Amino acid sequence: MVTPVLDRPPAGAAPSPLRPKPKRDSPRDWRWSHRLAFAAAWGCGLALCAVAAAIVGYMGYRGLQYLDLGLLTSRPEASLKQDEAGGILDPVLGTLLLTVLGIGIATPLGVVSAVWLVEYGKPRALARAVESGIEVVAGTPDIVIAIFGLAIFQQSIFAPLSFTASGGGVFGRSFLAAGTMMSLIALPLIFGATREGLLAVGALTREASWALGKTRICTVREVLLPQVRPNIATGAALGMGRIVGDTAIVVVLLGATLQIEPQDGIPGIGLLRGTGSTLTSYVYGASPAGEGNAPQKAYAAAFVLLLIVLLLNAAVDAIARRSSRKAS
Amino acid sequence: MSSFAVRLRPAGGPWTDRQAAWRLGAVACLVLLIIVLMVVFVAVRAWPTLQHNGGLAWLGHGGDVDRQVNGMITTSRTPPATAYHLKAWPLVYGTLLTTLVAVAVGLVFAVFSAIFIVEFAPRRLRTVVVPAVRLLAAVPSVIYGLIGILVLAPFVGRHLITPERRASVQFIVQLDGTGVLVAVVILTVMITPIMIAIIVDALIAIPSGWREGASALGANRWEAIWGVSVRAARPAIVAAAVLATARALGEAVMISMVSGSRGFSPKPQDGVTFLFEPIRSLAASMVENVDAINAPAIRSTVYAFALLLLLSSLVLSIGGYVAKLPMRRQGIRI
Repeated sequence: MVTPVLDRPPAGAAPSPLRPKPKRDSPRDWRWSHRLAFAAAWGCGLALCAVAAAIVGYMGYRGLQYLDLGLLTSRPEASLKQDEAGGILDPVLGTLLLTVLGIGIATPLGVVSAVWLVEYGKPRALARAVESGIEVVAGTPDIVIAIFGLAIFQQSIFAPLSFTASGGGVFGRSFLAAGTMMSLIALPLIFGATREGLLAVGALTREASWALGKTRICTVREVLLPQVRPNIATGAALGMGRIVGDTAIVVVLLGATLQIEPQDGIPGIGLLRGTGSTLTSYVYGASPAGEGNAPQKAYAAAFVLLLIVLLLNAAVDAIARRSSRKAS
Repeated sequence: MSSFAVRLRPAGGPWTDRQAAWRLGAVACLVLLIIVLMVVFVAVRAWPTLQHNGGLAWLGHGGDVDRQVNGMITTSRTPPATAYHLKAWPLVYGTLLTTLVAVAVGLVFAVFSAIFIVEFAPRRLRTVVVPAVRLLAAVPSVIYGLIGILVLAPFVGRHLITPERRASVQFIVQLDGTGVLVAVVILTVMITPIMIAIIVDALIAIPSGWREGASALGANRWEAIWGVSVRAARPAIVAAAVLATARALGEAVMISMVSGSRGFSPKPQDGVTFLFEPIRSLAASMVENVDAINAPAIRSTVYAFALLLLLSSLVLSIGGYVAKLPMRRQGIRI
């Protein structure tokens, strides 16, 4: 078979392009206003990195300078002098206890709400109301949630749950009160993560389970929930980050007493009914804005706080990486 | 895994679907109940202030708001109507000033940063920038406040405020570094990552065919990004601004630490001095007065502030939800 002469490239020469090569699209050829915008985008991106690095670097420097083991294992004391102000043991324990409480309440609520919304969601209007309701809760300032919690837990029916003054006045401040309100700020994150996870599960998975005669709720329990467990974990880690970092609820609802002060009664319950502090309220109190004015202690506590937040961030990354590796 | 599932099975036989729908639905509706309770409880406790100040007149200006609030602490258990007297304009002004400036500045930063992350950043760099944004969003506000009060404010006080400037207003306010400038700068750093996250999600969700279409018509890369991607993501940009406003309005602890905490309305006509004058926001004054909350007049005042913040964040949250709807209608889920 011989190709027609016209279609054959001339011997020895490279085939000539049908149309001119497109102009290079590099920022160097752009109009100056576009180049300016390009530079601005780069500048903003690099500035972000610089700010983040500066914050972590500075807090790390100050933290390592002032933090030592004795500080972590001794209890804080009220004192005007920085040297006698003791350590940060109680705030660290308070942070852990409050986080466990808050996330323990928020996780079941968030997961159940998300499951209902995605798997049932009838009537539609109610489902949409719940969805935007959770966005409203997410947008509500923590100080408003805190002050609302105070109004709730000062009601006398909740008196057994919180610190009570000797005269019988109900103060509405305790680990339980703070933990319950903390669950509200973690709830939207867990809800959102679970919802996205459930939406990402293909319809075939559900249909296969239904075809085997499983009910919807059984499908949820045995097929869907195990599949979205990484999403729930991500949401919980994000929620824990929010709880650890929140100050307003602690100041208003936990009393922000320096030491953990359990109430009388059964030991465990007394602790939950008692007041205490967390790292955030400790930093607030020890900064020049608070009464303590012990900046070195504040730096040390803030460093520990930042470490916890960084760890939680890393946990979110690790979960995401593991589940994406499993998927591929 | 199967043993886990077995343990989860409730006693008394498996639920039917109808039962499950009811029970899960009831839990999901708890959140609506909480919102209603929140509005009701806060409004009831705020009522005396609204009542004794004639509706919304307490938002007006007149007198020294700090003195008015401090005067309430000393009143008795059953305060007279005059004890509730409040003109909270300086607090409202301080809140609006910091919020609006921070959102406006932050939005510009956020749009350009989001473009950088989605379009320009080399792969290597993206693995640095994205965690940096997440980190900035996760840093607790009290740490921002600490940096503000221990690093930025002393710097401003020492190097930017001249002795003459300080002397010129010393009979009205003390300029010690804390004030409008530091508060706005830190608030901007705090809310920009929130906006970046929303805008980045939207830019990624724009179908690449749209941008390629623009390129095929001869647009260069920037024109395609700005004219197509950013334009299509406008609802998300609006939503980002709205949600960041809600966050900034309610920022209590950080503002309380770095703003100078004085119910003062800085006047723009003061020139540069304006930047260094102290302010106080609604949320900050709530945190600062919470210890005295057992005095009835203070309590009612604090709950009135809470009501104002609650209603505005409610409107803003719904506004953010509505702002995103046009993108959902195009099938882009953000």
